[in-house]
Amino acid sequence: MMELFSYGPLGWGDEILAGLWVTMRLALTTLPVGLLLGFAVAALSLSHIPALRAIGVGYTTLMRGLPEILTLFIVYNGLGLGLNRVMAWIAPEAGPVDFPPFAAGVIALALVFAAFAAEVLRGAFQAVPEGQILAGRAIGMSARKIFWRIKLPLLWRYALPGMGNLWLNLLKDTALVSVIALDDLMRATKVAVGVTKQPFTFYLVACLIYWLMCLLSELVLARLERRANRGLRRA
Amino acid sequence: MAFLDTLATNLPKLLDGTATTLALTGLGAAIAAAASPGLALLRANGPLPAQLALRAYISFVRGTPLLAQLFLVFYGSGQFRAELTTLGLWGFFRDPFNCAVLVFAVNSCAYQTEILRGGIQAVPLGEVEAARAVGMSRPTILRRVVFPHAYRIAWPALGNEIILLMKASALASIVTVFDLMGRTRQIFSRSFEFSVYFQAAVLYLIITACFVYLWRFAERRLSRHMAAPGRA
Amino acid sequence: MMTIASKLLACSLAFATLAGGAQAETLRLGTEGAYPPFNYVTPEGKVEGFDVEIGQELCKRIGAECEVVAQDWDGIIPGLLAKKYDFIIASMFITEERKKQVSFTEPYYMAAMTHVVPKESEITEFTNDALKGMVVGAQAGTTQADYAVQMYPDADVRLYPTQDEASLDMASGRLDVMVGDMLPLLDFVEKTEDGACCKLAGEPITDPAFVGEGVGIALRQEDNDLRERLNKALEEIRADGTYQAINDKYFTIDIYTMK
Repeated sequence: MMELFSYGPLGWGDEILAGLWVTMRLALTTLPVGLLLGFAVAALSLSHIPALRAIGVGYTTLMRGLPEILTLFIVYNGLGLGLNRVMAWIAPEAGPVDFPPFAAGVIALALVFAAFAAEVLRGAFQAVPEGQILAGRAIGMSARKIFWRIKLPLLWRYALPGMGNLWLNLLKDTALVSVIALDDLMRATKVAVGVTKQPFTFYLVACLIYWLMCLLSELVLARLERRANRGLRRA
Repeated sequence: MAFLDTLATNLPKLLDGTATTLALTGLGAAIAAAASPGLALLRANGPLPAQLALRAYISFVRGTPLLAQLFLVFYGSGQFRAELTTLGLWGFFRDPFNCAVLVFAVNSCAYQTEILRGGIQAVPLGEVEAARAVGMSRPTILRRVVFPHAYRIAWPALGNEIILLMKASALASIVTVFDLMGRTRQIFSRSFEFSVYFQAAVLYLIITACFVYLWRFAERRLSRHMAAPGRA
Repeated sequence: MMTIASKLLACSLAFATLAGGAQAETLRLGTEGAYPPFNYVTPEGKVEGFDVEIGQELCKRIGAECEVVAQDWDGIIPGLLAKKYDFIIASMFITEERKKQVSFTEPYYMAAMTHVVPKESEITEFTNDALKGMVVGAQAGTTQADYAVQMYPDADVRLYPTQDEASLDMASGRLDVMVGDMLPLLDFVEKTEDGACCKLAGEPITDPAFVGEGVGIALRQEDNDLRERLNKALEEIRADGTYQAINDKYFTIDIYTMK
């Protein structure tokens, strides 16, 4: 039993750990990319210009209505194909564009993450009380200062619980990328199952590893939330 | 345009897959909905061991990818074929559709329980006290006061959860169920015609849109006594 | 026999070999990694197997440095077109449908398909009537999947992402019949512990409508030059016994001719 998970040529411990490392890199790289995109989409859907607002709202509705696995398939397989078609059209002699699977995975996950993040951010933005901004203006703060000193800290506080949930979802969604190509934790497990023929044992271990990651994340998130709310007194 | 050209040929298969997707989601959500009220009550104010067990169950489901849960049950059950055969359960586990429904039900039940618990705890204590004051028994209070109100509070979140389940049901295609996603992948693997993915996307969006419409309609019915007077 | 073009090619090959030390061409070889003994992942995490060894040998002959990329079967042709790798050597049958998307080298081995059933199974006939209502499994997106779907419309056909997963379910008893490539399945029933559950049954399927012209290396249609170089290298390793040596590591028969 133990030798199955050991290091070295006979055990699968090192492969599974390598897979875990890919999973974590995938999630941690996607997070900032997805957040930035999410901010952009949220800004669009809060825009005063109807056309921009329609793009923002359309994007979130579309992405949230589609199964993640379908989006991943389309982005993962379609992006490379499309990119090369465009490149062949612009610069036929340039040759193939290198499109590494990791980048494709990050982009696909970030596109999904951004749609959900945009909704959380939009809700948080709209929850910022008008009075706080008026108060800032009353004491003579500039618009930029109001943004940095009032809006952003409040946004962080309001958005944190929602973002925490999205992070957990992202961590779990990385498993979907295994269906496509990346050697993440899930795929490493699948390969081990293919050879050892012990599906229950290995998938259970994979589940436990994901669970542990989520529990640790929850701990960190709870601390962050406490910190974000440190100025608040509970009623 | 490739999208429309291939639509006519693909549509029968895609619709067949859509029916399976709806069956998977409907069954999974319904089983979960049947089990969740009892579990939510236990989770809200049951004995400590029951609460701890429920918390562990919910945390596990929330903390692991659905795909991993699906593989654990589907391929994992194969490892215990002899034991399951003795118990007479192998016939059930042999069918990938059953495995998928089981996983979806267990998964959705965790989320529904948690949502409903929130609803139950949000019912104002005064309502329960008032019911007690007029002499209602505990089961009657639950049936007439707590659950109707808890469901009204939880309704939008429950709707979201069912949409998430519908989308997640696409994973069943990976364990050989021919749902909408499964049909899509099958068509793609033969024709390499990318447009089939967009056709599937449109179908998924239609399902979501119809569901949202029906759910909102039901929500209005649920709270029709709260609508402004004068409107039927 | 030698044409000017192939002379030029030989020259450039020689040149490439000479220059090889300084700057070898790097190519990426796409394969699946779930199809023993042709391509599979070892506990060290390396992709190995007959396909991979033949591929590496061909790379050496054309003076290229080859990096192995594992890609799931579902996306293996889109991955080639998206240039995630430069050619696929993954036991792919040469079929008309695939030729619309990619081009193929000459076959590097011949193949047939077969049925697998549980040891105690009494199925001997493989017709739609005989298999009515039975559970038939195959790997999705393969010629054997096409075969199962077309030949057994009244059976309950289940398609798996990988052959490994189909075999796993065959062993756990979910399938009544499995349709697959002769050689991997022979390997499965004869050499693996799980495969002990099962046996090959019926006549080999050699219908060219499904099996095509054999198994080839797939390339992007525009890469004619690479295709010719690989064809030539393939001829070479057939001629000088290198192919045979690799063949004998995995099989008891010569799979190039299937004799």
